[in-house]
Amino acid sequence: MPGLGTSFGRGGATTFLQDLANADCILIEGSNMAEAHPVGFQWVMEAKRRGATVIHVDPRFTRTSAVSDLHVPIRAGSDIAFLGGLVNHVLSNDLDFREYVVAYTNAANIIDEDFRDTEDLDGLFSGFDPETGQYDPATWRYDPPDDAGAADRQEDAELEASEDSTRSGEAHKESHEAAESESHGSGGAPVSWKGRRDETLQDPRCVFQILKRHFARYTPEMVQEVCGIEPAQFRQVADALTRNSGRERTTAFCYAVGWTHHSVGAQMIRTSAILQLLLGNIGRPGGGILALRGHASIQGSTDIPTLFNILPGYLPMPNAAQHQTLDEWVADDEGKAGFWGNIRSYAVSLLKSYWGDAATADNDFCFDYLPRITGDHSTYTTVKAMIEGGCKGYFLVGENPAVGSANGKMQRLGMANLDWLVVRDLQMIESATFWKDGPEIETGELVTEEIATEVFFLPAASHVEKAGSFTQTQRMLQWRDKAVEPPGECRSELQFYYDLGNRIREKLAGSTDEMDRPLLDLAWDYPVDEHGDPDGQAVLREINGTGPDGVALSAYTELKQDGSTACGCWIYCGVYADEVNRARRRRPHWEQDWVAAEWGWVWPANRRQLYNRASAAPDGTPWSERKAYMSWDAEQQTWVGPDVPDFVPDRAPDFVPEEGAQGPDAIGGQDPFVMQTDGKAWLFAPLGLADGPMPTHYEPPESPVHNPLHAQQNNPSRRKLDHRTNPINPSWSEVFPYVFTTYRLTEHHTAGGMSRTLPYLTELQPEPFCEVSPRLAAERGLTHGEWVTIVTARTAIEARVLVTDRLRSLRLGDRFVEQVGIPYHWGRNGITQGDSANDLVNVTMDPNVYIQDKVGTCDIRPGRRPRGPALTAYVDDYRRRAGVDMEHPEDGGADR
Amino acid sequence: MPRGEASMVPEVEFESYYGRPILKEPTWKTPDVPLYLFLGGLAGASSLLAEGAALTGRPDLERVARLAAAGGAAAGTVALVHDLGRPERFLNMLRVLKPTSPLSVGSFILAPFSGLAGAAAASDLTGRLPRLGRLAGAGAAALGPPLATYTAALLANTAVPAWHEAHRELPFVFGGSGAQAAGGLAMMLVPLDQAAPARRMALAGAAVEIAAAESILLRRGLAAEPYRIGMPGRLMTMARNCTAVASAATALAGRRSRLVSVLAGATYVTASLATRFGIFEAGRASARDPKYVVVPQRERVRARQGASAKMTG
Amino acid sequence: MSSPLGMSLLSDLFSEGRLWGRLDDVQHDAGYGTSEEHPPRMGFFTDTSVCIGCKACEVACKEWNEVPDDGYLLTGMSYDNTQELGASTWRHVAFVEQPFETVAARPPQEPPVDVAPAVDLGMPSLGVPAGEDQATSSGESGVRWLMSSDVCKHCTHAACLDVCPTGALFRTEFGTVVVQPDVCNGCGYCVPACPYGVIDVRKGDGRAFKCTLCYDRLKEGQQPACAQACPTESIQFGELDELRERADRRLAELHDKGVDVARLYGRDPEDGVGGDGAFFLLLDEPEVYGLPPDPVVTTRDLGTIWKHVGAGAATLVGLGVVSFLGRRR
Ligand SMILES: Nc1nc2c(c(=O)[nH]1)N[C@H]1C(S)=C(S)[C@@H](COP(=O)(O)OP(=O)(O)OC[C@H]3O[C@@H](n4cnc5c(=O)[nH]c(N)nc54)[C@H](O)[C@@H]3O)O[C@H]1N2
Ligand SMILES: Nc1nc2c(c(=O)[nH]1)N[C@H]1C(S)=C(S)[C@@H](COP(=O)(O)OP(=O)(O)OC[C@H]3O[C@@H](n4cnc5c(=O)[nH]c(N)nc54)[C@H](O)[C@@H]3O)O[C@H]1N2
Ligand code: SF4
Ligand code: SF4
Ligand code: SF4
Ligand code: SF4
Ligand code: SF4
Ligand SMILES: [Mo]
Repeated sequence: MPGLGTSFGRGGATTFLQDLANADCILIEGSNMAEAHPVGFQWVMEAKRRGATVIHVDPRFTRTSAVSDLHVPIRAGSDIAFLGGLVNHVLSNDLDFREYVVAYTNAANIIDEDFRDTEDLDGLFSGFDPETGQYDPATWRYDPPDDAGAADRQEDAELEASEDSTRSGEAHKESHEAAESESHGSGGAPVSWKGRRDETLQDPRCVFQILKRHFARYTPEMVQEVCGIEPAQFRQVADALTRNSGRERTTAFCYAVGWTHHSVGAQMIRTSAILQLLLGNIGRPGGGILALRGHASIQGSTDIPTLFNILPGYLPMPNAAQHQTLDEWVADDEGKAGFWGNIRSYAVSLLKSYWGDAATADNDFCFDYLPRITGDHSTYTTVKAMIEGGCKGYFLVGENPAVGSANGKMQRLGMANLDWLVVRDLQMIESATFWKDGPEIETGELVTEEIATEVFFLPAASHVEKAGSFTQTQRMLQWRDKAVEPPGECRSELQFYYDLGNRIREKLAGSTDEMDRPLLDLAWDYPVDEHGDPDGQAVLREINGTGPDGVALSAYTELKQDGSTACGCWIYCGVYADEVNRARRRRPHWEQDWVAAEWGWVWPANRRQLYNRASAAPDGTPWSERKAYMSWDAEQQTWVGPDVPDFVPDRAPDFVPEEGAQGPDAIGGQDPFVMQTDGKAWLFAPLGLADGPMPTHYEPPESPVHNPLHAQQNNPSRRKLDHRTNPINPSWSEVFPYVFTTYRLTEHHTAGGMSRTLPYLTELQPEPFCEVSPRLAAERGLTHGEWVTIVTARTAIEARVLVTDRLRSLRLGDRFVEQVGIPYHWGRNGITQGDSANDLVNVTMDPNVYIQDKVGTCDIRPGRRPRGPALTAYVDDYRRRAGVDMEHPEDGGADR
Repeated sequence: MPRGEASMVPEVEFESYYGRPILKEPTWKTPDVPLYLFLGGLAGASSLLAEGAALTGRPDLERVARLAAAGGAAAGTVALVHDLGRPERFLNMLRVLKPTSPLSVGSFILAPFSGLAGAAAASDLTGRLPRLGRLAGAGAAALGPPLATYTAALLANTAVPAWHEAHRELPFVFGGSGAQAAGGLAMMLVPLDQAAPARRMALAGAAVEIAAAESILLRRGLAAEPYRIGMPGRLMTMARNCTAVASAATALAGRRSRLVSVLAGATYVTASLATRFGIFEAGRASARDPKYVVVPQRERVRARQGASAKMTG
Repeated sequence: MSSPLGMSLLSDLFSEGRLWGRLDDVQHDAGYGTSEEHPPRMGFFTDTSVCIGCKACEVACKEWNEVPDDGYLLTGMSYDNTQELGASTWRHVAFVEQPFETVAARPPQEPPVDVAPAVDLGMPSLGVPAGEDQATSSGESGVRWLMSSDVCKHCTHAACLDVCPTGALFRTEFGTVVVQPDVCNGCGYCVPACPYGVIDVRKGDGRAFKCTLCYDRLKEGQQPACAQACPTESIQFGELDELRERADRRLAELHDKGVDVARLYGRDPEDGVGGDGAFFLLLDEPEVYGLPPDPVVTTRDLGTIWKHVGAGAATLVGLGVVSFLGRRR
């Protein structure tokens, strides 16, 4: 999550759920926390019990809104404007926590004189290349320090040169960029120097002043025009936040995919980071930004990634063009200030854990065995490649893209064009049966007999049928013992992959082909139980890492670059310290203090609150008695408090790093953001984001509204798929006049394979439905409880409609904007069946993380949709009337 | 619950949850249970008729009444057992005797009654063991009146507004209605010369029934409404009309014309049946519509709050 | 029946305390000995002001008790698709959507309980809190969404239990009311007897079912499944006396915060059922949630009922006698 990563240094939530209870105000925006995170929500309720104000900003009035003090209805996709309005409110009324801002953020940094803002270039930052649709961030950088040494300048020049070289090929550029953003799951982008600062914040080129100018037009009136939020309500939120921030009080933010699923998702999160930094709420009890993560181990799936562009611990995936050697691979970060400076130790230890004895200093620790990326291999790009014939085989393990991924038709058309498809799942999901009963079979777009894909369905053991760990929303690893044996042929993932590896290795045994070495040399040996299931704890221990003596390591600071240590994921180092599976600790919170350090294990180093050095003033004393957390104990010369300090434990507040210091030694005593190369939180991101150093409001790719801020309607660097299967509704189309957004219900789980198949959950929400306001219902003649058809340029689906006051008609200037809410859980299998909302959703992605947008425009009509081929004709007619250019299907006409 | 009906606006002003019932509608099936109410009344009152006939030497009347008592009890038992969710566990009814459960009490009435009435009828039919038969008949006659009226407690001892609110009147309705049915049946089947007690029983029963039922129907406000409108209303009206017609015919020509006697008797039986079905359906209707629960209870709360407000000044 | 002893036994049986009114030790009344000899009365305090409508309680109950599904029907009743308590739904979460106008427009009720929530509710909130312009951008008013998890009340005077002819329903040592499925013969009497419309006969099975207050779990010293699953402590399980105190404190706290609409339901041991073993904190009138505003156990009138049945029977005897008086033909 580069939104957080580039701001603070790590991409994870800055705080933990229990700490919400300490908040004086909680702003939940971009998440329906009560419905999607009900267990974590208990801490919001606890805060409320203690007197906190809870605010929910959401297009819909949800179960979260129902127990909040204030619900603010917002137009989907307009959050940057709202948050930007709050930033402006804080800055123009001098309501920022100045001491914090000056000491702990880069507010004082002076930015390159060639930097140009969106305010100067009508919606573009300097460095935009209209050819490629991408930015060159050269002009966003910090001004060199006055005393920048020649070496520094030289290095900077090299850095730029290397960036330029990667820009030569489009594909290289993409992969580089994607890798760069994701890698900040742990650690900010490496800047060349700490830069020149003006601690008075007066210099017109300092970040503070740039920010002030940038957001000056985000007035309450503008907020109303963009978001549909009344100035009076806006002021209520602004007051609540500012009243509950500062020395004595703190405000926490919670968000989830209501922010991340946008073509500007990372920047929405960035805006909240800026706001929280200005209010001084990061690293402090009851403060922070809680990124609520989805699936049980979704945090784990980025830490030990299932992503194409990073390796465990957010090490970048080597790039074929850029990283020929180990040295080149680690060069960007090595030796920089902060803990990323030790990247070589992490990288070498990872290689040692992969290839064991085969990895030696002489062979670059088998660096050459690592696969390289050559471009964008993200999921939607891969699907496009399937349709075009470039991708032949596909593993679907615990994923149901025929229902859960945007533009379901595209997913199914892709899978129908494979040679083979392996589906490992608990249920016979739609992604395994699309070839016989998918929507395209109904319309005739696909014919079962003509689909050549060989589909293998392998039943999987569920979470209760195997042991393992989850890493959840607050970066906590929790061990799960096996409760029952898996039934029948069901196998754990561990067993499947271990077996698969063994079989492949058997087949390759004796091969002399160099290409087979990486597989043959793998350290691939795990103890198994009587069923052949590998011991998960052995895997966790390998991830934790071991030292030269073969004993489990205790902390990543022990990792060595000489190959004497092995570690499968450096940020997890310590989970198995002293040979104890710390993820399995279950000491209840009533048997320890509220931080509950002995429940599970949290990366990094079992720290619950990140950047907690910032909970103390620069001099090391608590900001206030009420909000005390970590502080400097001068007597013991150490940081003390209920948590593990997120700091060099014995670094005094007055410590000033030596000239030329590297890695952790370069962290000053007042630099709480230890993963940043300058130790500061970034209000302005000189590097690391694909779409600008500061957030700015752009309209979603499909929008009924003109961007009132600039001529630039959409995020100029959004990722488009450019494919005929992914036509985009033109902006401002009268044929598609309504906004829709998609989301989940408490009663179901994501693509539904785990809930639509269960009677107890299905009966609670038995049919697909959508939600509309009474005004929209009147406008289109929709009757509560009856069928309606929702149409986009992709296709049309049907659902029942709930006409409800929980959906508001929003007034934007002189017009109303209506929003249709559509839960996305349904598909054609399961106890009850229905159309999938994702068949409506287009694929337009955030350029940083390649995540799709969850909003779009649509039409909605009473009655059921046409069946069979008539459906295609119906949608074609809509496309024609809306003027969708099927030659250039993604040219929404908003910006050429 | 059909879609769309959910948020219908009720005509009386009161609040509810989507217009949904607050109480559970009785799961007792029709015709089982109303039929049982009828048969119990018929059998109970018939046992009196039979005993009177035996004492006063009216063998035809005795025969018919004995058979009605025994048959009514047997058929009633069948209906009752058929209504059970687990008929094979009918005997569990006799596991305990609970005065708080009219159904329990009723089971302890119905079971011996059935046996005694059956024995009496068998003896009467076969002529065997006449002594014991008479004794059994006397026993049945002792249990007959409670059998005919306990069913009122069965209905009244529920939360169903139409039934519970009528708990003072229902025993009389049921007693009267039972007499009407027993008398009516005997009028149909017994020669005129032995049918005088049957006619009198029917006439007197009708009078009691009408008086009691009217006092239910004439109550103020919502309490009587379930008995007045809809299907139960039609049934109650029909019962009243039948009763009136049958009584007029009986009074005028019941003594003289066998045809009138038969027709009037049948009409009485019909009236009694209609009454039971009407009362049963009125109860169901009052459980189905939340207004019969909410409005009177809300009034009660208001009255209480008013009183306490006055008290506190 | 006519003996003085019998009468006094009966009048004792139908007296206040036995069948209605205040009864401080239900277990004692049910034959479990003195308060030292039986465990304390256990129950629920369901604080609907913190319910988030997650339905975890509904699901946990079904999982634990192996209750079958209750059908698949989109009702259009907000997010409530199980509709009511019944034989196959022992916890039921109600969802009440109230456009703000409705709430505000409701005629003010008599003091002291019914103050129309025209101002800030604290929780659950209106679109805009107190004192501010209530209108929203759409010119429409806000909405309030009440959620409440309903359950069997485990009444002090449980009509279902009293009327059960088989003894299938019984009072446990914890003071709760439980059906024994192996005894129930499906007579259905408990169904119309319950003043809350809780218990019902399951179609296809024929027997009556309802919440057992997880009798099996209680015996093992565990809390009920629904309470354990509830993430917000909306469902609080414990000793009834303690829960009543806790509820009083919570009510006071909410009243202090200006949430005047909060009220307790079923907490009063003097009420029509002698107080509920499972009681509630509500934010509106009970009927808004589908609860009866002033339930009374039917057995309060049982003495009267039996008296009238007796009189009815006597009348019938009279009718019989009268029939045989007078002319022979
Ligand atoms: N019961 C349940 N819990 C779940 C899941 C589930 O499927 N079921 N899924 C899990 C997963 S994988 C995830 S990722 C999380 C997601 O957790 P959430 O993000 O909380 O869930 P969503 O329902 O997708 O979206 C949250 C809210 O965003 C709002 N929203 C939509 N568009 C916008 C917008 O543009 N701006 C703002 N401010 N709000 C918007 C929607 O109205 C919705 O109320 O939940 C997890 N928890
Ligand atoms: N329109 C729209 N689309 C969305 C979203 C949205 O908000 N709006 N949200 C998005 C988000 S955040 C997410 S996370 C995705 C989720 O989308 P998917 O991941 O595609 O959907 P799931 O249903 O979660 O798929 C998980 C599958 O894994 C199976 N499974 C569970 N446990 C195991 C196991 O141990 N082993 C194996 N092999 N299989 C297992 C389950 O049966 C299930 O079928 O949906 C995304 N799609
Ligand atoms: S489903 Fe699991 S992860 Fe999600 S809220 Fe419930 S307990 Fe937590
Ligand atoms: S609420 Fe109904 S079912 Fe529950 S104990 Fe009381 S009377 Fe019985
Ligand atoms: S249905 Fe079962 S539990 Fe209910 S009263 Fe009859 S026997 Fe008792
Ligand atoms: S106490 Fe047990 S039986 Fe009753 S509702 Fe809760 S989980 Fe269900
Ligand atoms: S589990 Fe608790 S919060 Fe969730 S619906 Fe039930 S009572 Fe409400
Ligand atoms: Mo997710």
